[in-house]
Parts: sequence; C-alpha cells; structure tokens
Amino acid sequence: MMIDRVIDSRGLDSFDLRFMGLIAVILSVGVLSIYSVTHSQDTAFPFYLKQLVWILLGTIAFLVMYLSDYHKIARLAYPTYAVILIMLAVVLVMGKSSRGAQRWIPIGPFAFQPSEFAKLVLVLVLANYYSRVSRAGWLHRVVLPGLIVLPGLLLILKQPDLGSGLSFLAVYAAMLLMVGVRSKTLGVILLLSVMLFPFVWEMVWASLHDYQRERVMAFVDPDYDPGGKGYHALQSRIAIGSGELSGKGLYGGTQSQLKFLPEGHTDFVFAVYAEEWGFVGVLVLLALFIALIWVSLEIAARAKDTLGALLAAGIVAMLCFCVVVNIGMTAGMFPIVGIPLPLVSYGGSATIMTMASLGLLLNVKRRRLTLFY
Amino acid sequence: MASIGFNDSDLLDLQRRLVILRVGLLLVVALLALRLWHLQIREGPYYRDLSENNRTRSVVLEPARGLIFDRNGVLLANNVPSFALYVTLEDVKDRPALVAQLASLLNLEPEVIQKKLSTGKGGKLQPRKVKDRLTLREATLIESHRLDLPGVMIQVESQRNYPGGPVAAHLLGYVGEVSADQLEKADFADLHQGSVVGQYGVEKWFDRQVRGRAGQKSVEVDALGHEKRAVVSDKPVAGDDLYLTIDARLQKTAEDLLGEESGAIVALDPTNGDILAMASRPGFDPNMLSKELTNKQWVEIVQNERRPLNNRATQGQYPPGSTFKVVMAAAALESNTVTPSTMVRCNGGYQFGNRLFHDWKQGGHGSVDMNEALIHSCDVYFYTVGQRMGIDTIAEYAKQFGLGQETGVELPSERVGIVPSTAWKQKARNQPWYPGETISAAIGQGYVTVTPLQMASVIGTVANDGLSIKPRLVQAVMNRATGERAEFPPTVRGKVAVKPATIALIKEALADVVTKGTATRAKSSLVTIGGKTGTAQTAALRTGPEKDIPKKLRDHAWFVAFAPVEAPRIAVAVLAEHMGHGGSAAAPLAKDVIEAYVKAYPEVLNGVPAGGRTKSADVRPKT
Repeated sequence: MMIDRVIDSRGLDSFDLRFMGLIAVILSVGVLSIYSVTHSQDTAFPFYLKQLVWILLGTIAFLVMYLSDYHKIARLAYPTYAVILIMLAVVLVMGKSSRGAQRWIPIGPFAFQPSEFAKLVLVLVLANYYSRVSRAGWLHRVVLPGLIVLPGLLLILKQPDLGSGLSFLAVYAAMLLMVGVRSKTLGVILLLSVMLFPFVWEMVWASLHDYQRERVMAFVDPDYDPGGKGYHALQSRIAIGSGELSGKGLYGGTQSQLKFLPEGHTDFVFAVYAEEWGFVGVLVLLALFIALIWVSLEIAARAKDTLGALLAAGIVAMLCFCVVVNIGMTAGMFPIVGIPLPLVSYGGSATIMTMASLGLLLNVKRRRLTLFY
Repeated sequence: MASIGFNDSDLLDLQRRLVILRVGLLLVVALLALRLWHLQIREGPYYRDLSENNRTRSVVLEPARGLIFDRNGVLLANNVPSFALYVTLEDVKDRPALVAQLASLLNLEPEVIQKKLSTGKGGKLQPRKVKDRLTLREATLIESHRLDLPGVMIQVESQRNYPGGPVAAHLLGYVGEVSADQLEKADFADLHQGSVVGQYGVEKWFDRQVRGRAGQKSVEVDALGHEKRAVVSDKPVAGDDLYLTIDARLQKTAEDLLGEESGAIVALDPTNGDILAMASRPGFDPNMLSKELTNKQWVEIVQNERRPLNNRATQGQYPPGSTFKVVMAAAALESNTVTPSTMVRCNGGYQFGNRLFHDWKQGGHGSVDMNEALIHSCDVYFYTVGQRMGIDTIAEYAKQFGLGQETGVELPSERVGIVPSTAWKQKARNQPWYPGETISAAIGQGYVTVTPLQMASVIGTVANDGLSIKPRLVQAVMNRATGERAEFPPTVRGKVAVKPATIALIKEALADVVTKGTATRAKSSLVTIGGKTGTAQTAALRTGPEKDIPKKLRDHAWFVAFAPVEAPRIAVAVLAEHMGHGGSAAAPLAKDVIEAYVKAYPEVLNGVPAGGRTKSADVRPKT
C-alpha cells in the first residue's frame, strides 16, 4: 500500500546513477575487505557471503524506501518509534549478549539489532515532529523533542551501546542545527551542558562496562596497558600505520591475517582496508564517502518541503557521524565506541538500515520531481 | 493540517543552514585525512616495525654438538632428538597463570619456571627455554593444550647422549645449560639462555670446538602466539667431532678392575703421550648429570662423601710412597750422591737425632746397593741418600720428571700436587725446612703429593729413556662439514737430565721388582713388565695387621709400571685407595691392564705402536 503503484517516467529519472554507483563501489570495498580478513576461517557459511545476503536484503529495503512516499513513511514514525522502544526494552530483558553488551534479538540463526534501526526511526520521528510542530519558542524547539529522544537514548545507553547513543545525540543536534536555534537558547543549552556534564558523565561512566571504561582510559593514556585494554586501539593503529603509502596488498595485511586485530570484519574493517591499501587507498575511500555525502547534501538542499529537507539532513548527519567516528576511533583519534563503518563493516542490521536510509534519501529526491501525483 | 509546523518559506532558511553541515564535513574529513597521513606516512615506518615485531619471533636453532669417538672410532658421545619447551614472554598474556599451568603439566616447581623466564638476554621477544628432555608424554600433553598456552613452543632439539653410560665419565664430562654467571663472560657471548655447554671433562675443555654455532629461524606467529610459518634464516653449524686417544675397551677394563673400590688407573703410551685409559672410581652416569637435576639430586651427588665427581686420576693428590724412589734413584745417581755400587747398611731403621725412622721390613735388608734397594724397596737406603742429597736436589729432579706441575692434559681443574723444597716451605708454611722432613720426603711421604696421572707420566718418562711427552687425551678434531681433520701431534714436555746408563740401571731394577721383588704379583706370561710398588700412608700411627684396621684408615696402594721392558709402549699408574700394600693390591690391576692391552694390540710386543704404525704415533719426537 505504501509502495506507489505508479512509477512515472520522472520517477525513473530520479534514479540517480552517480548515487547508486557510489553505494555499489563502497559496498564492494566492504565485501572485499571482509573476504580478505575472514577467507582463511573455516566456516560453513563465510562472512562475505552472508554480507552479500545482507546487501541483497538491504537492496530490497532500499527499493521499498525509495518507492514509497516519505510523507506516508513519516506518518508511521511515532508508532514505529514506539515499537522500537519496546524492542530495546526486550533486548535488555532477553537479548543476546556479546562482549558484555546486550544488543541483539535472536531470530533463528540471525540476530537483529534494534539500536541500529532506532537511529533511522529517530530521524523520521524528529523530521516529522519539526515539520508539524510550531517553531516558536525553545520549549517546542528544544525541550519537547529532547523528551522524545530521551527514552530511546537511555535504553540504548543501558545496553550499553555508546556508539548508537552518541549517534542519537548527533541526529538530535543536527536537527536542532537545521531548524535553527537562537543564540540565547544555544547559550542556555551550552551552559546546562557544562553544568550537567559531571552528573551525566558520572551516570554514563557508572553505566559503562569495565572494558568500556578501560578503553576510555586507554584512549586518554595510550600506554595505559598495551597488552590488555589498550590492545584494540594499539593494534588498530599499528595496522593502519604499517600500511604506509601503498599498503601491504590484498591478503597481505599481517595485522589482520594473523588476528592481531580483533573484530577485523566489523568495527575495525577500516584498519584492515588501510593496512592492505595504504594511504592511497584510504584517500580513495574517503573521497568515495565525501562524494556520497555531497550528493546526499545536494538532495537535502533541493528537497521540495521541510519534511524532505529534514529527513535528508538527518540521514546525512547520521551517516557522516558514523563514518567520522568509526575512522577516527580506528585511527586513535577517539575512544573506541563500537560504531560500524556504513556500507563497509560486516553486519545485517547496519547494512540494511544504512541502505534503507539511502533509499529514503533518494525518495526525497524523487518527490522533488513529482510535485503532484 | 494545522499550519503550525515549519512552512515552505522556512525551507530556504533550512536549506541554507546545510552549508554549515558541508563545511563541518569537509573540515572533519580533512582532519581524518591529516591523521591518517600522520599514521601512515610520517609514522609509517615505525608502525611497520611494530607490525613486524608483532608477527615474527626469532627462534634460536641449537646446533648439534660434535661427536666424541675413541681412538678406534667407537662412539662415546652422540646426540639424540628430544623435545624442549620454550616460552616467548611477548605472547604470554597472563604469566602467573601460565607458570601455574606449566608447573602442573610438567611437574615442576613454579619457582624453577619463574627463574627460567626471568633470566636471559633479548627482551620479551626472545624465547626462553623452560625445560628440555621432555618425555613424549609431556610433549603430547603440552601440544594438546596448545590453544590455552599462547607463547609456548615445543622444539625438537638434539640432546647429548653417552651410549656407554658411566664408561669414561670423568674424561668425557657432561653438559649442562649455560649458567647466568657464564653468560656474562666473553667466552659465552654468542650463547643465550638455554644454550648447552660442556661443564666438565673434554666436553668443557673442548667446548668451543664441540659446541658448534647456533642458527636462527624466523617464525611468523598469530595474535595468540601460535606458529604459522617458519623461515630458517641461518642454519646451525654442528660442532667438531673429537677423536680421543683412549681405547674404549681398555677404559672399560680399567674401570671394571677398580670395581666398587675408590681409585684411579692411568695407562698411556710413553712414546707419544696418548692416554690409553684413565679410570676413576667411583664414577657417575653423565647422561643423568646432563639433564636438569633437582636441587636434592645435585646435593646428593656433591655431598656424597666418596666424591664420585672427583676425577682421581687428575684431581686426586696422594703421597706417592715408594713409587717416588724411582725419582730418588735417578736423582741420587745423577747428582753423584751415590754410585750404582754404593752400599748402604739397613738394620730396619734409620736414626736421625732422637728419632728412629723405620724400614717397612722389620729387621732390615742388610747391605744393599741401588739395584737391590729398588727391588726390595729398602726405605733405609733412600733415607740415607735423601739425607745426603738434601731436599732441594730431590725437588729439582722431581720437577724434571714433571711433578709439582700440570701435565697439561686436556681436562679442566687438573691438580699439581706438592714437590716440597726449602723455598716451597718458606712460601707455603712460612717456616724453615727441617732436615728430618727430608727423610720422609725421600720415601714419598711427608709433604710430597702427586696425582696418578703425574705418576703415569713419571714412569712413562723412565720407560721412554728420560724423554717426557705431554699426556694427551685428544688425537684429532674433525670438522664434519668439510671433513677436515686436524691432528694434534705429540708434544715433548722435556728431557730429564740423566745418563742412559742411569736410566738403563733403573729400568733393569724395575724389571727385577716384578720378577723377584715386591711386585711379583704383576708378573705376566704374555709380556715383560717393569714396575715399582708404593704404599702411601694415610694415618701416622697404626698398629696390628692390616685387616684389623678400619677401611678408611688403611693405606693407599700404588703401582707404576711399563711394558714391554725392552721397548715400552704402555706405562701404567694404579692407585687403589685404602687397599693396603701396592704389591698385593695395585700390582695385579696394572698387570691386567697391560695384558688386556697386549691382547688387543699384539703388535706392541715388538715395540710397534697400538693399532699399527700410524702417522701421528710414528713421530718419535726429537729434542
């Protein structure tokens, strides 16, 4: 019902080949890197094949989001958010735990990670909210949407999933930026933040698992414990750094091939890539991401209505945040917080969610061209 | 729809703010690129080194020690494969847990493992040897726990083995892990923790040659320290092989002759110095000592009051007793103190001041000349000539025969004994020499001490007409890779300043000792033997018959001999601790050794060297 029954010629025009091409190339980089790290592992169903399945499902999600009307999708934002909140609660109660965090709901042989989808839903919710609610006054502009964000944020931090939690805040901040905040309000927010920071930090710190605290410690002091808590950060820096200008070549990354680098196919896949392809490869990948985001911003800038613009901006902000934080953490600029690299890292929920988001983005472009239907 | 939301006029406003996102994005990506440039380009080489260290461990490949053979190529020491366990600390995540685990798997004290892990050079990347000679069961056990034991490696190495067990143990010595103190020394600079070095015997003396050179292997490991791929970058070089002068059969015969008694038998070829056998009892099994011993086992060996580790042939210092009369005879004749026909009256005692020095024979020998004095070992005769000569003349000749100094045999910790003189006493005791002490010295008692090897050399020098050849244990060293064999030629130690007539007289007298003197029990039907008995007193005062005296207070029995008398090819010294008289206890042993030798090498009866005329033995050194 949500899918348009009529696909007119202008709809096909909106199918942006540059955009699709960039997505396909970045996805290929991901599959290749995942293959490189895991090819020697003896598993019945290899990771790269699974990732291809996720990409296939992601393509379906992309098409669904692309072909629907984003106004209709936005109308479903609140109920969907409610469902997601319930799922996040369920995760806490019965979720599958991995590395001390409960983030997954098992579905047969697979595991579904609601917090990944929560990011996209939050974009929808906030875009929907701002396109409808009066822009007057900081109560409506800052506090009420903040109250919408809060339950999701708390549930996610409780898992704890620091990365998704920060993504939530990033989306909220991007939205605030888009609707414009008066400097007075901004001042109050900043002041409150500074005042509340110690308490919030205390809360967050207390909710963190030991390993997460130690990661933060290791970040603050890199020599804190190179064999133990700082291990990820150090091994990742070694992988990236030892790639030097032109890399060690495909399958040549000793850090990843010999398993010095943990989670080489998921959160640290960028380090694998950087080790194999060097600084040259890194620049190419960064260029691909910039191009993708640039095209996305273009779509946001040409959206026909505020809902479209806000949706597009929110999605771009979310993707940017993930790319920057993921690469930044593998390169030792930020503490390690567990955010996958969009379209590159292995993972069903993240791949499907990212592709769905991009489908929605392209949908916004399509609607710009079909004013009436 | 209520128009309270953002309307389309706001859209432009909204979209203008996207610029902030764009600028922000570019800035952040530029920052990322800068960071990556810093990591990969500026610090790239540093991280490359780190990643190399991450994955490669360099493992030392221990060389195989050179083999040791006897003069006929009989294998005395070889190597057998064995398992050794190494630990690379870099790959160990939880050291106390690993120590505890290894301790229980290998049945070792945790402190022992701890100590192994904390000694050695090369930092955490250098694997430490924790244990060698693992049993197959232990090695399998470790292998099956492979995944829980990161950083643990089992290497196949060659392990020293002595096929003959305790045979020739004191000569061969044993090997052991290089100690922390040794590692500090320049000689061991190319070694590392876990290296095996010779700790005793020729294994120690020739360690440099036998040791070989270690090689190196680069092992690629994964994050858990498990071996993935190995590249040998530097092959180990096996040590040189040693060819000893001893005859393994004769060695065994000599050791069996001593049996459970304590003592030493040295047999050498007086013409070239080849040591044919050198037995010391009690012995030990070098296979056992070359393993890692527990503290308790070590203490047991070291504190054993029979001192099995002591090589009595080179380290035992005993009064020579009457065997010293051989030296006395040469000294007395050459210093013109007496002539061969000078007669001395022996009434069974020699009065000096208010003290009477007894002859061993109650009632005395009557009037004796040099010949008879030697044959019957008349003490009074030698008291008299000794008194006439004075201690310094005695010392001078004793030194010419090589006493009081190292023979130079290729064994560590050789002792030299004592040749007393006025100068010696002043230096050693800070006292003048008392003339009465010369009387004791004249019959090889008092301060005089010698080693069995020195006495074998003395009698060999007599047999060789005064030419003293350095005793040697190693004929040749062979480089196994090149097949090059370096022979050690016989070395002349010196020529005793005696006239041929003097030597002839002494040799004739010594032959008579066996045929009609104190050593008739050494008489052989196979070969003519010349020799001299000796009894070295261990306690000053004893009364009653020998068998009533507790064993450890009984005298040491000596016998020195050579054969065949006409053209000597073997010189033997026998010392049997607490066995009483040389004639009864030691002489038969010497005879058995000589007969065994003659049976094995009948050619020596004609004065031909053992094993026929070989190049090295053919060299009759000239002076």
